[in-house]
Formats: sequence, structure tokens, C-alpha cells
Amino acid sequence: MSTYLIKDAKVLGGDAQDVLIRDGLIAGIGAGLTAEDATVVDAAGQILLPGLVDLHTHLREPGREDAETVATGANAAALGGFTAVHAMANTDPVADTAGTVEQVWRLGQESGRCDVHPVGAVTVGLEGKRLAELGAMADSAARVRVFSDDGKCVDDAVIMRRALEYVKAFDGVVAQHAQEPRLTEGAQMNEGTVSGELGLRGWPAVAEESIIARDVLLTAHVGSRLHVCHVSTAGSVEILRWAKSKGWNVTAEVTPHHLLLTDELVRSYDPVYKVNPPLRTAADVTALREALADGTIDAVATDHAPHPSEDKDCEWAVAAMGMLGLETALSIVQETMVDTGLLDWAGVADRMSTRPADIGRLDGHGRPIAVGEPANLVLVDPGARRTVEPSELASRSRNTPYAGLVLPGRVVATFLRGEPTVIDGKLA
Amino acid sequence: MKRHLISAADLTRDDAILILDTAEELAHIAERPIKKLPTLRGRTVVNLFFEDSTRTRISFEAAAKRLSADVINFSAKGSSVSKGESLKDTALTLQAMGADAVVIRHHASGAPHRLAGSGWLRGSVVNAGDGTHEHPTQALLDAFTMRRRLAGGRGDLEGRRITLVGDVLHSRVARSNVLLLATLGAEVTLVAPPTLLPIGVETWPCTVSYDLDAPLPKSDAVMMLRVQRERMNAAFFPTEREYSRRYGLDLRRMAMLPEHAIVMHPGPMNRGMEIAAEVADSTRSTIVEQVTNGVSVRMAVLYLLLGGNEPALSAPSTTGTEEIAK
Ligand SMILES: [Zn+2]
Repeated sequence: MSTYLIKDAKVLGGDAQDVLIRDGLIAGIGAGLTAEDATVVDAAGQILLPGLVDLHTHLREPGREDAETVATGANAAALGGFTAVHAMANTDPVADTAGTVEQVWRLGQESGRCDVHPVGAVTVGLEGKRLAELGAMADSAARVRVFSDDGKCVDDAVIMRRALEYVKAFDGVVAQHAQEPRLTEGAQMNEGTVSGELGLRGWPAVAEESIIARDVLLTAHVGSRLHVCHVSTAGSVEILRWAKSKGWNVTAEVTPHHLLLTDELVRSYDPVYKVNPPLRTAADVTALREALADGTIDAVATDHAPHPSEDKDCEWAVAAMGMLGLETALSIVQETMVDTGLLDWAGVADRMSTRPADIGRLDGHGRPIAVGEPANLVLVDPGARRTVEPSELASRSRNTPYAGLVLPGRVVATFLRGEPTVIDGKLA
Repeated sequence: MKRHLISAADLTRDDAILILDTAEELAHIAERPIKKLPTLRGRTVVNLFFEDSTRTRISFEAAAKRLSADVINFSAKGSSVSKGESLKDTALTLQAMGADAVVIRHHASGAPHRLAGSGWLRGSVVNAGDGTHEHPTQALLDAFTMRRRLAGGRGDLEGRRITLVGDVLHSRVARSNVLLLATLGAEVTLVAPPTLLPIGVETWPCTVSYDLDAPLPKSDAVMMLRVQRERMNAAFFPTEREYSRRYGLDLRRMAMLPEHAIVMHPGPMNRGMEIAAEVADSTRSTIVEQVTNGVSVRMAVLYLLLGGNEPALSAPSTTGTEEIAK
């Protein structure tokens, strides 16, 4: 195993220190460290964070390997500073059995770039009718702890209640894609003045909020754990704030794109902005940023959703929903949260590593930067600027809404258990 | 004018009046035994229809042919072309064939915008109705009809009061009309049950009423919008009978209109639903006239997008048009 000495890195954005990595662990932290056998990494001006953890990634394998594979997704994750991602279950076949989740988990192991933790489907085939074998997935080699029908809402209140109750047996969490199906039939974008003008069927905020309200009450009733995926409205934030004030075990995530982009962009009818949940208003964006800052929203999750060009280079109505996220997430968080003064780098570490690792019950990730801890780390140059060039992304797909934008910050290096997966901003 | 006509919002007041004035000149062609000008000879106009609309297609076809353009009708509905990538592939084909203008009708809102803005095509794009978004040439022909009936066929519609009634939520005609009529200075009132009004309608350049009787005595024109009967299942209103009573234009309501006021409908009508048969057939109804005017307005649009900025009929003598100039 390799030995690395990271020189003069600002740990969590604090004072510059040297960090020694040996045998996959952090072996020393302090000023003026030396190690003769170490490869020295000059990190002056750079920030050292725990490796990022994504609770919400779509890797498309099995089934849509033309959009992404576990391997290409893991490369994108590493370049984005992630050392662990949760791969959503809406693959083909759906990840609703121990066999499928083990397959995805093993592909992640083989990639060597990033730990891939499969999310298990809550219901068979994401159909919302019968519970999948949640226990078998929990007991499998993949040790699934997060269960979600993401892409579809578990809208049957009884099935949702049973899922919340059942996962208590193995400390699991149900991650809900909150979308009342009848209120969003044929929905194309956020329901508001823009949808009215564009003649696109609206997706009202209340369709998300009503499900979250129901689910937090169910969670309290059965005493379980709920995680709310990609919260997108100011009203959802209010419900979460209330649920947390009651002491209920409810967590939530927000995507980078919901922290930056608004439904005004849909005026272009460019399907790169078509995403589920839809881009909302500027007032929602403000509320989401504040909620992430004050902890009402626990984590940033990318909802990385690769699609091949033929599914996006078409008219809005038939375009697939989703956008890439892994390789730009940290930059968007820097732009919307750090550079605005809402969150410091320790806060970023909490929302992008510690909290998501805890929600997913991952042992080796989201740990403090301290001697004896696993060396899952990322080095960031916050002063760098880069223009997003889709052809340069490691993802197999190109559907980024940030093409041509100049974004702050750059992931310089990522370490997974002491070995670099990215060095000098490139795959190691 | 811009290169494309996607939305009524693309038109400034001057653009709109130029189109209406040009249409007024071109309307005289229809009165001649040989209804044809050489203006767009050698140009190719493609009618690209992803959704059935024989009326609109024929209107555009007649307009293009009267200007001597070559017309290709491409009906994408029912062919193998039904998936999403079809729009791009079709556009690339039309581009390869050298289409100078593509008149597109599509069931998806934004499809013409996408066609115009994607770089798939070099020619002009004319929106002939997209989803529940817009139908700008319909708004132009409606404005043309109003201007003839209410303003002597000249200038704008400053101060005219226009009431649009019915399913505004799903109506591309209503969206385009509100935008264009506001640009032309008219005061527009939308009347509909609250379930058939779009979210955010309060930000539109018009007023909104749930009550049809109130605006009628002050209206110069009433435009009835088609109610799609299949929407009944979606509970936008309780019954057809209740809708008809509250929002239908019958003889009693027509009697509330001022003497000079006209009754309009973009067609096709549900007689007995949003409009009583006696009203549709009355002398106040401009429904047939609107169809005729549609050809003139579409000629003007195609001419102005493809032919340049000089007046359509005062071109050099080689065009042979001076004989019909006023
Ligand atoms: Zn989702």
C-alpha cells in the first residue's frame, strides 16, 4: 500500500496542516511532518475534506449501459470528489432482489474508483404494490440500508407504512420520492406563471408537500426513519422544519441544481432543464439554501441522472427527465453556499459527507479527519475556475445544464482508502 | 421581424401591423379569377404536421400556393415517425431538402421553439399550433377580422374590448390572442371557470372574470373557445349542462352585447355547448370570415418571413403585381 504526505492542506478549511496517509489510514496530522517513503502532494491553498458521499446516484447498470455503467459512473464520482455513492434501484431489471444489488455492489468494487452502495427498491418492480425482499437485500453482501422506489412515489399509504415499519428490523431507511401521482399526471415542469405561459402541464408544489406531510406523520406513528429525496419547495422545507421540531427521525436532501437553477430556464424549452422534481422558483431556491444552511435539510445529493443524447435532443414533452450531477456538485455547492457565506467548508463536509454517510449507515465514510481514520479524502482548490465542457466529462452521458458555465472550485485529488482515484484533477 | 414566428410575443406592434396591412393588400388576390402571385416562386414551404388539423394545413397550403411557393405536405402522424427523436431527424431531412420555411403543427408545447432554436434547420419556422402553448397565426387572423369589423381595416385595436370565453387552460388560441391583442392596444377579458384558467393568469396582460354576464355589455367582440368534451372526465366542471348555462353564448347573452359587437370562434365548434346554433349562424358571427382571412394572414406571414421587407405588391414590374395594386 502507498504512503502519501499531503503538505499544507487547510483541513476542513481551517489552518494549513500536513496529513500523512499510510496503509489506507490517516497516520499523522500536524505541522512539518516528514516521511521518507511518502509521495508528497503539495496542497498549499487547497482544502482537505472527507471524501464526499452521495445518497442519490443513478448509474443505469444493469439495463441502460448506453447512458452510464457502474464503472463510468464511479469515474465521474471520483472526479467529483466522491468516495461513496448510493446507486438508485430504478435499473432494468429493478434492483429489488439480493442478486441484483450484489451485482451492482461488486461492479463498484471492481471499478476501484468509488464504493458503490446499492439502494434497494421498496416494492417489487417499483410498482408500489408488494414489498420487495428488503431483508434479503439488507443481509446480502451489499448490506443495503437505504430503500427507495425513486423515480416513483410510494403513494399507497399502507405500503409506505409497512415499509417504514419493516426496515426498523435492520436499521434501514425509506427514501421517498415525494410526488402525489394524480396531482402530477402529465406534468412537465413546475406549476406556476412560467408553466402557464409556456403551456406545459404544471407540477404543483403541493404534490410534493402533501406526500411529505403524510410521510412524516406515518414515520412518527410507527417510530421509524424517513429520508426525503430531492426536496424542491419552500413548503416542503416548512413541513420538515416542523417534523424535526417534534424530534421525529426525518432527514432530507437537496440537489445542487435545485440550489441554483429556476423554472425561468424552461423558457428555452431545452430538455437539459427537464428534471424530476422540476426546477422551481427563485423563492424556493432561497428557502432551500437557507434550509441546507440551518440543517433543516441534512444533505446535498446529486440525483445524477445520465441520459444518452437521443433522449434529450428532442422536443420537451418526450425528453427524459434528469441531469448529470456528480462532476459538478461540489462546484455548485461552493457557488451557492460557500461563496454566498451561507456555509463554511466544515459545513460542506457535514452536508456532503458526514450526514449522508450517517443516513446511509456507511461505516468507513464521512469520518472525521483524524489519526486512525480511513483515508477517504478529497482535496479541493477553491480558487480555481473552470468552464464546464460536456465532452470532457467522465460520465457516459452529456446532459449537464452547466455546459459553458464558469464554475468555481476544482477537485484536485480524491483518495479512497489511502489510494488516489484522482490526482491533479485527472483519474489516477 | 424575426426570422421565425413561434409566439405572438415575437411580434412588436409595428411587426403586427405590418403583417395585418400586408394581409389586407394580399386579400385582394382572393377576389381575382386567378388567385396567384409569383412572389415566392422557387421557394419551398413544408407543412410539417405531427397532429391532424386539416383546416390549418389547407389554409397554409393555399397561402403558400397563392404566392407560387412549392409546397410539401408532410404528415408525421400515423407514420413510423412517432418517437421523440423524430423531430430532430425530420428537421435534418427537411434541411437537406432545402426547405425555406417549415410550418409546424405539433402536439407538444415548445416543439416549434425547439425546431427553430436547435440549429437543426436553417429555414424559417412558423408555429401552426403547439400543444397548449400558442397558435400565433390564428391570433393574427382573429386580429385581422376584428380590425376589419371594428376599426375599418386600419391601424391597431387601441381601446377595443375583447372577451375570450372558455377553456383558456388548454387553449393555444387564447394564449396567442391575449399577447397579440394586448400588443395592439385592446383590453382583453378572459372568462372561464377557475379550473380552466392557468396558474399565473393574473400576470397576463388581461383581466379575468368567472362571470360571463358582467363583461358582455361592454364587449366589442366575444370569442368563444372550444371546450374539449374529453376533459369532462378530468373534473374541470361538473356537467356539460352546467358549463353551457354558466359559460355558453346563447341568444339571451348575445342580446346583452352592444349593437356593433361581433361573435367569434376559432372552430371547430361544439354547437349547443359553448355556442348556441342560432348564435353561430347569426349575422354577428364572423366564423366563416375568419377562415377566409386566415389565408390572407398566412400569405402575409410567409411573404414577410421569406420575401423580404418591401411591400408585397409594389415590387418591381417583373413580378407582374402592379396590375392588382390599388
Ligand atoms: Zn427521484
